[in-house]
Amino acid sequence: MQDKLIDLQHITKSYGSTTILDDLNLYIRENEFLTLLGPSGCGKTTTLRIIGGFETPDSGSVMFQGKDITSFPANKRELNTVFQKYALFPHMTIAENIAFGLKIKKKSQAYIQDKIKYALKLVNMDGFGDRMPDSLSGGQQQRIAIARAIVNEPKVLLLDEPLGALDLKLRQDMQYELIRLKNELGITFIYVTHDQEEALTMSDTIVVMNQGYIQQIGTPTDIYNEPQNTFVADFIGDSNILSGIMIRDKLVEILGARFDCVDTGFGENCPVDVVIRPEDIDLVEPEKGTIEGIVTDVIFKGVHYEMCVMARDHEFVVHSTDCFSVDSRVGIHVNPFDIQIMHKAESDDEKAVTIDE
Amino acid sequence: MKKTLGNIYLTLVLIFMYAPIATLMILSFNASKSRSHFGGFTLGWYIGLLENEEVMAAFRTTLVLAFLSAVIATVLGTAACTGMVFMKKRSRSIIMGITNIPMLNADIVTGVSLMLLFIACRATMGFTTVLLAHISFNIPYVILSVMPRYRELKMSTYEAALDLGATPVYAFFKVVIPDLMGAILSGFLMSFTMSLDDFIITHFTQGPGFDTLSTKIYSEVKKGINPEIYALSTIMFLTILVLLFLVNYRPGSKRPDGEIHVRTRKEVVVSSGKRGTV
Amino acid sequence: MNNKKVRFLAGPYVLWSAGFIIIPLCLIFYYAFTDASGAFSIDNVAGIISYVNMKALILSMAFSLGSTLICLLIAYPLALILSTVSTKNSSLLSLLFILPMWMNSLLRTYAWQNILERKGVINGILTALSLPPLYIINKPPAILLGMVYDFLPFMILPVYNSVSRIDKDLINAASDLGAGYRQIFLRVIWPLSLPGVISGITMVFVPSLTTFVISDILGGGKILLIGNVIEQLFTQDSDWNAGAGLSMVLMVFILISMMITSKYDREDIR
Repeated sequence: MQDKLIDLQHITKSYGSTTILDDLNLYIRENEFLTLLGPSGCGKTTTLRIIGGFETPDSGSVMFQGKDITSFPANKRELNTVFQKYALFPHMTIAENIAFGLKIKKKSQAYIQDKIKYALKLVNMDGFGDRMPDSLSGGQQQRIAIARAIVNEPKVLLLDEPLGALDLKLRQDMQYELIRLKNELGITFIYVTHDQEEALTMSDTIVVMNQGYIQQIGTPTDIYNEPQNTFVADFIGDSNILSGIMIRDKLVEILGARFDCVDTGFGENCPVDVVIRPEDIDLVEPEKGTIEGIVTDVIFKGVHYEMCVMARDHEFVVHSTDCFSVDSRVGIHVNPFDIQIMHKAESDDEKAVTIDE
Repeated sequence: MKKTLGNIYLTLVLIFMYAPIATLMILSFNASKSRSHFGGFTLGWYIGLLENEEVMAAFRTTLVLAFLSAVIATVLGTAACTGMVFMKKRSRSIIMGITNIPMLNADIVTGVSLMLLFIACRATMGFTTVLLAHISFNIPYVILSVMPRYRELKMSTYEAALDLGATPVYAFFKVVIPDLMGAILSGFLMSFTMSLDDFIITHFTQGPGFDTLSTKIYSEVKKGINPEIYALSTIMFLTILVLLFLVNYRPGSKRPDGEIHVRTRKEVVVSSGKRGTV
Repeated sequence: MNNKKVRFLAGPYVLWSAGFIIIPLCLIFYYAFTDASGAFSIDNVAGIISYVNMKALILSMAFSLGSTLICLLIAYPLALILSTVSTKNSSLLSLLFILPMWMNSLLRTYAWQNILERKGVINGILTALSLPPLYIINKPPAILLGMVYDFLPFMILPVYNSVSRIDKDLINAASDLGAGYRQIFLRVIWPLSLPGVISGITMVFVPSLTTFVISDILGGGKILLIGNVIEQLFTQDSDWNAGAGLSMVLMVFILISMMITSKYDREDIR
């Protein structure tokens, strides 16, 4: 199983009385773009810092290529970090920043010069070598931070919300840039973000975290289409989350109406949570829908309209390219495979489920 | 291990810094007037202090001087900052440059220059000349404390007040001044302590028969300092100590005000490059 | 607010600074370049090359360089240690290091007489430990000690401020890029703390160079520094021209030291 490049085993970490991570288990495959996704305080950054060597777990171990590196300081680990606020050395030029790690490894001048040139080209920052970090924009500093990390040829690159401080347009550009870099370098990326769109765009694997627990691990499509609990459903994209009862296999009752679905194995008359994505709701003529509702609000969003539909005292959010005017009566129809059924959490504690893969 | 070494080091430096203070405190309870041996415990110096008119007069002069000079410097300095905010950058930087001169210059030079000024004006050296000198070296502390805060100040709150119908004067006193209060207060406190501790500038601008605590101490150094002065200094030091800890660790106060003053004091000291008074 | 009118609030201070900063400096200049009769003369400034004055100046330079260096050597490790203390304790600790400044500085300096004298505290302890006694009072080492003692807080504060302001992530980044403790110190912490070191150096160097009080109290009046010479010219000899001349020389030295430090400041920090 050399497949596991990094393996976190039973990691627990707390600060004072607050537990940040509780028995976390996670492995990262070679050459994977893995994203730790979750709201602030969910433990994603702590996880990254434990991998990077800036925090020591209270218990548990960090394995790197089958070797226990838990007690290794950051400077003895074969991975590099791109810090949240870039952490460029303000007293060094861009070239000196990039050369920092190489000088410490006592590489030859010629090698270092080559590498600086290569790295600057790689991040599209040719000719910036003599500038000081202060004179660069946020996006440019970001690129330099990445260049500084990758010249050391790490096996793994850790990125801690690297795009957090950039504006929307730049952030989208940098997303593609990162994917390109990842493919060109062929190394493993571990990426931390609270931005679900970023995670969905870039990752091979997404790890959704909340309150120190892993909620779900999967590909972006899995996570989006088949959230395993209401937290994931709510956190990833917009969704309508309703209580329902699984009447029998492939039939669910929501708001008193029965919908066909594709899920099986819940038993009969089992209370469940139902997730329907806003874009999966079809608005049809009142008689043709499963339930009937009234449009209460319409907002034009550019690509689509976002509408609120009041039906049986529940407000549905609907995304559609067709516009229905406010107060018009509509029918709600959902295709069976667009209905996602989930077990109901039995207690508050269970809302944060651990999943050991 | 590393931590222990660090703690030992901290302790050693603290001992170095507090040894003279401890010595003075112990001597203030020393029954023997000799400095070299401890002749038993006494409160005599503390009682004698109340009757020592000379020392008490010097103490009163020091306090009045510190208070007056700090108040006047604070008013002048704050007004100057307000005016400078509306000046062109060029004139503002000229004024700030001049303000920095006494901060960077040696105290002895500032002292003798003021002495020459008073002589040139044929002024009689005494309380007034010393007060003028103290105001002069206090104003830079106020300006260097208030000016940075003015720069951080969001003009938007002032503009918002105007937008909501306040007159400029009302907006200034209700919005701008409260925002500056911390900086003004710390400028005042700094001026007060600087004036309290000053010797060099007072030394050159004082006249006969005029004494602050510092000049009194200096004139007594050769013949041996009256232990009643130790007693007085011990009381002053402990008072400040108690006050500081009260402000900093008032129960229930989340963000101690006093800490801000202390920090600003050192920051201004740092940013200005101002040095000790000895 | 009428912006034009508000400017006049600075008026009183502008007048004040002209009267109490600019004119006094001009007076020094005037006295420095005239003789007692008011005629132009450079004798006062040239007075620095006399044996006594030159000796005092050189001695002052040596003392101030020494005390600056010792203060830096004591303060830097202290600042490093303080910066690793948790924030809650560090504000209390840094308070402890500035607290001594609230006791009269003359008195604190004077107290060293008691500690250092022949039968003083230190020799009491040394004798009790049957070690040879230390006789440094009224000698150069006592003055040096007094300078270090008096000005140490002015080195600790700026150095501590600049060290504690270094973003922890910069240190993490250096460590991440393979730097060990030594490398982190040499390549990141030291260069980034230089502004604090520089301001600490000026804050210790200038008062050490110009003091006359410490040498008076701890030197027993036998060791003359340039500050003592100037002080005596003004208060005892009433020779203002000669005093102003030497003050001019002193100001030139202060100016030079500032130019040197600010040059280093710019070169290393950019």
